[in-house]
Amino acid sequence: MSQPQRRIYLDYQATTPVDPQVLDTMMPYLQGSFGNSASRNHAFGWEAEKAVDQARETLAAGIGAKAREIVFTSGATESNNLAILGAARMYAPKGKHLITCATEHKAILDPALFLENQGWDVTVLAVDEKGHISLEELVAAIREDTVLISIMHGNNEVGTLHDIAAIGAICRERGVLFHTDATQTLGKEEIDVNSMNIDLLSASAHKMYGPKGVGMLYVRRRAPRVRLEPIVHGGGHERGLRSGTMNVPGVVGMAEALRQCQVQREQEQARIGGLRDRLQELLTDALDYTQINGDVESRLACNLNISFAYVEGESMLMGMDGIAVSSGSACTSASLEPSYVLRALGVGDELAHSSIRFSLGRFTTLEEVEEAAACTISAVRRLREMSPLYEMAMEGVDLSKVQWSGH
Amino acid sequence: MAYSDKVIDHYENPRNVGSLDKDSQDVGTGIVGAPECGDVMKLQIQVEEGVIKDAKFKTFGCGSAIASSSLATEWLKGRSVEDAQKIRNVDIVEELALPPVKIHCSVLAEDAIRQALADYQNKQGETAPVAAKEEA
Repeated sequence: MSQPQRRIYLDYQATTPVDPQVLDTMMPYLQGSFGNSASRNHAFGWEAEKAVDQARETLAAGIGAKAREIVFTSGATESNNLAILGAARMYAPKGKHLITCATEHKAILDPALFLENQGWDVTVLAVDEKGHISLEELVAAIREDTVLISIMHGNNEVGTLHDIAAIGAICRERGVLFHTDATQTLGKEEIDVNSMNIDLLSASAHKMYGPKGVGMLYVRRRAPRVRLEPIVHGGGHERGLRSGTMNVPGVVGMAEALRQCQVQREQEQARIGGLRDRLQELLTDALDYTQINGDVESRLACNLNISFAYVEGESMLMGMDGIAVSSGSACTSASLEPSYVLRALGVGDELAHSSIRFSLGRFTTLEEVEEAAACTISAVRRLREMSPLYEMAMEGVDLSKVQWSGH
Repeated sequence: MAYSDKVIDHYENPRNVGSLDKDSQDVGTGIVGAPECGDVMKLQIQVEEGVIKDAKFKTFGCGSAIASSSLATEWLKGRSVEDAQKIRNVDIVEELALPPVKIHCSVLAEDAIRQALADYQNKQGETAPVAAKEEA
């Protein structure tokens, strides 16, 4: 049943390949124009500095910001840490309360937990079964001492798109800084930091066909001026906010990657969304007892998170040899817990163990989607034949009423 | 995670998938694990004159759980009931080269064997059939 030659990549929300054109723009800065952009006294440095300035302009323009508001980092994890910890340290005299939500990436939740251990109050908003926070709960959670609200734009596991314009409006009205992690959405969804009232925004290059190891943090400079305490010290690069030698080819690649995403954004997202819908249709037409996780009305075009009841995720992945996807099953991660995101949506642990995330991208073809669907369907059918739960369900046993021995 | 060749073999060609009549007097059934933990194994034996003539399994779980239960049925067939008590999870770990994070799969398989044997022995000792889920 395995064809070792076949390799289909449907894990674009984990990372993307570098687009060939992006790589072309980066190459000169790895060799001939390899200068350090901080070298102010020779042409190598000037050349690199010019490239960085251009990249900064492009990336800023892509979100409606000014070049001076872009801080380059090593990736979205660092950007999120700088936003949360940097704002917390700077604004601690004003208060020690921050608000985030249960389905955020660990690069938000872990810094928040770190602050909590340092005596901060952290409100983690619950989400509904589609993955949305309640705006009323958000408003109610804001206190006198709230200094930052961090809500992601698009969720990495279930693709739910938060209404960040509405959240931004609330934050602005209440005078609280608003950070959004846009790692999954930059280049895919329209973002305008001014109309959406975003004060801080994190993004990464490698989720949008740029290289790994480079990201950015947008830091608003006017109305209000956001000030951050740096977390990396040593040289005063990036206006003192992020020391360290500039990754010149990285930022050049990131800028070109965003430029390309934006040139073709609507057509590309429509094409990918069409393929995703086709995949969903193929799977749900062929198989019963499936559940789409997330919000089918407001979801990233690339994302399909689906549970196949009565089969376990890791065994499904094994049966889908050569097809690269992710599972919410505990067995595929280092922890023994199934996905905390699915749990936050109220998906039962047994269905979380049975979930697969497909994420499509620029190079996904209809043939690949059809082959992946066929392969998934046959794996699920085969494993259901082997599943005691499927057998019991078919016999009419209510699995929720069985006394399991556990383990 | 890389799987051993033996795990892959059992996953791709599972031995003895299926079900026996759980109400039959000569059949012992063990069901262990829980859906929310991501592993449920059902293991059944059919005994004739003290010897396990047939063994079947169905497993909801990862590849290592499937392989552990598939291997267990293979080892059970042809053994005496007494001999079957001697199967240990460490033997399964060794045979399948399970990594530490998958040892619980072998423990589950050993539990399923013990429960199936106990169920069979209960049926022999008592007239009324005993449910397999007594440990719950």
